[in-house]
Amino acid sequence: MTSASTPATRAPAGPTRSERAVRRRRAVFLYVALGGIAIFFLFPLVFMFVSSFKPDSQILRDVSSVAAFLPVGDISLENYSGVFERVPVVRFLLNSVFVTVAIVGLGLIVNSMAGFALSRMRWRGRNLVFSVVIATLIVPFETIAVPMVFWVSKLPTLVMEGGVLKYDFGWLNSYHVQIIPFIANAFSIFLFAQYFSTIPKSLDEAARIDGAGWFTIYRRIVAPLAGPAFATVAILTFLPAWNQYLWPLMVVQQEELRPVMVGMQYFFQLNTAWGEVMAYTSLITLPVLIVFLSFQRAFVSSVAASGVKG
Amino acid sequence: MATPAVVLLVLFLIVPVVLAFVLSFTNARLVSPNPPRFVGLDNFIRAFTQDPVFTRSALNTAIFAAVVVPVQAGFALFLAILVNQKIRGVVAFRVIFFIPVVTSIVVVSILWKFMYQDDGLINNAIDTLTFGAWSGTAWLQNPSTALGAIIVLSIWQAVGFHMLIWLSGLQTIPEELYEAARMDGAGTWQQFVNVTWPGLRSTMVFILVTITIAALGLFVQIDVMTQGGPVNSTTSLVYHAVRKGYREQETGYGAALSLIFFVAVLLIALLQRYLTRDKD
Repeated sequence: MTSASTPATRAPAGPTRSERAVRRRRAVFLYVALGGIAIFFLFPLVFMFVSSFKPDSQILRDVSSVAAFLPVGDISLENYSGVFERVPVVRFLLNSVFVTVAIVGLGLIVNSMAGFALSRMRWRGRNLVFSVVIATLIVPFETIAVPMVFWVSKLPTLVMEGGVLKYDFGWLNSYHVQIIPFIANAFSIFLFAQYFSTIPKSLDEAARIDGAGWFTIYRRIVAPLAGPAFATVAILTFLPAWNQYLWPLMVVQQEELRPVMVGMQYFFQLNTAWGEVMAYTSLITLPVLIVFLSFQRAFVSSVAASGVKG
Repeated sequence: MATPAVVLLVLFLIVPVVLAFVLSFTNARLVSPNPPRFVGLDNFIRAFTQDPVFTRSALNTAIFAAVVVPVQAGFALFLAILVNQKIRGVVAFRVIFFIPVVTSIVVVSILWKFMYQDDGLINNAIDTLTFGAWSGTAWLQNPSTALGAIIVLSIWQAVGFHMLIWLSGLQTIPEELYEAARMDGAGTWQQFVNVTWPGLRSTMVFILVTITIAALGLFVQIDVMTQGGPVNSTTSLVYHAVRKGYREQETGYGAALSLIFFVAVLLIALLQRYLTRDKD
């Protein structure tokens, strides 16, 4: 990655004048191409942010000119206050943050432990378990969504009823139904196992001689050496968790428990208030964009790591 | 130490897969006073012979995948080559091309839905660029353009992800190979055909498989933008399975549709593996 960012001017010493001219023409061509494509990638989002500050009538008027992408005219925060009146935005955001943090956090612990057991411990059936885990990678969530709703609606759950703890059936309408099914992740386990197997095994033996058990070896030796693996898994599980849509749509009817993506539905009634829609989509997109831009190096290397095949 | 993960995978992956299989041979409903009854192959027979919407969904999904897989993979490779050049500021372009990937597909679908309106951004742009000669259409309300419109935004949203994967593949190709090729007098195109492309083989397999599986799972765009319409021109396999299995509560039939979808995914993944296997 570093080589690509080296300025072209520091390339081989002493290019002739015509070589320099060719190189300059090539650079100009590249910038024009990259710039044009960049506009194609950015305009819908610029349009979204800009429109979120305009009244509906102006959004529709501006659509026919460049004004659609410029913060001009009747700029105000009215759409945002409208959003706060229409839906419990803060609640939706907190729900999404909570569910996402829980899935990512618990996932890091559970999957790294499994990756450790599969790559460093010797036990009977290890190869079989590993093969089954890898095989499950091929199952898209969409194929199990329908039977899964049926299944979680039969699972037992604890409820407080008038100060008495009882148990009931059905996991619908809860936080745990949004979290627990997504903690274990075959791809995360695979990435951890891959990374852990690159850490020298002699460390385990040295620690065992000093009387450490497997859990201590995992927690004190292997996990601290695997920072990049944890970062990769955290980033790759963060986005799908934040963007969950199909599943909460099916299993969470109660408004107070809904995440941001499902909250979207409140904005499409008979007369769609587009200004408010744009304000709401801006509100739920901004946190992710900020996280992404602050950690973009880590994002890029995580995605690159996801393409490394075993 | 693998126990928690294994238990969770069994409960929320293996059991649902087995359930999908079992339920698809029953008439189970999500909420029903009667216990599910075994109905044999009825659900599958119904799907293939008495449900034109299913046939249409399968066809739409196939068209969607057939266009998205090559176009997205090719466009992503083109972008990867562009951002792999040694010029100043190229990292900024990588970041920009990746921004739609971090934007939720729900948000993306809503934005494009607005832009695709009859009096929306896209038609106004077309109108301006063609000096009024062509004024577009209400893209999502027109049965002949709706699926195409969804294909465009789907590629726009996900292409940055695969650009980065191609890029990491490109960066594993040693610079010496290019130098050697240049010594032999190879031009840009010959370098691509003889050095770059062979060096990207395993990356290509990975990208084709992931894009295909993602494309077959088409759901959110449909749910947010068209609900399968107009006249079923955009309904997809997963959308139809969720509509039947969840919204219309026919769990058994929905499970059968999901199973058909799963078998399709499996077959295509295997076929791709076979077609792109190492021949030596």
